Amino acid sequence: MIEEKDLKALRILPREKAFYFFTSIGNYTGQSASSLEEFMEKIKLVSESSLEFHIQRGDFEKWAAEVLEDRELAEKIRSLQKMGLSSDALRIRLAQIVARHREDLKNREARKRF
Amino acid sequence: MSLDNVDRKILEALQEDSKQTYAGIGQQLGIAHSTVYERVKRMEQQGIIKKYTAIVDVDKVGAGKITALVTIVADPKESESVAKILCKAPEVLEVYMSLSEELSILAKIVANNQEELHNFVANTIAPLVGVLRIRTSIVTKKLKEATFFTC
Repeated sequence: MIEEKDLKALRILPREKAFYFFTSIGNYTGQSASSLEEFMEKIKLVSESSLEFHIQRGDFEKWAAEVLEDRELAEKIRSLQKMGLSSDALRIRLAQIVARHREDLKNREARKRF
Repeated sequence: MSLDNVDRKILEALQEDSKQTYAGIGQQLGIAHSTVYERVKRMEQQGIIKKYTAIVDVDKVGAGKITALVTIVADPKESESVAKILCKAPEVLEVYMSLSEELSILAKIVANNQEELHNFVANTIAPLVGVLRIRTSIVTKKLKEATFFTC
């Protein structure tokens, strides 16, 4: 049974709920993501220092859990955080996790429709 | 709204110590206290003297608080509204507009710690329409803070 709440992560968020990419305390890059799809695009674009800053602080995991309300994705990101990856390895692995998870949600959404 | 030399001297004396009496200022400047009174009242009415206030030493009152100087690069069309919202936030002590290569808003912000500062920037400033980039510098040492303007 696919529940509506499982697909909430695919919605488009209002500005105040978007993810804002920083490189350090208070230093905003100008990049933000208002949906999981946009987040997937932006993690390919933002600097490595931004990815490292947020993964170390647990910001991605927190946004997934509290804003997207997707505990499953949050858990996957948490496991990535524990791996201690940095630079390109972090970007590639994070992009894979998010892309696969989104694909999975899209499939679930399609199954729900038919 | 022209000021003569006596007006300027009175303003300097008040900026030095606004609690001093008209007689005291008159004595320093060699003029009657009634002259000081009249000129002060006129400058108050004209808005040259905006208000009398106390300068609080934030370091002593807010022990442990941090101060940051934040530069917000904004879309020129939205900069006024961004600045207005900043002015309303109690965390923001000062707000300035600046135009160099890009239009920037400069703000002085106080917070209890770095995490609180980051949350304010990330949750309150970054989502505002027209904010393009933000650069934050945390103050580690204050070397000068003047409130005196030589007229």
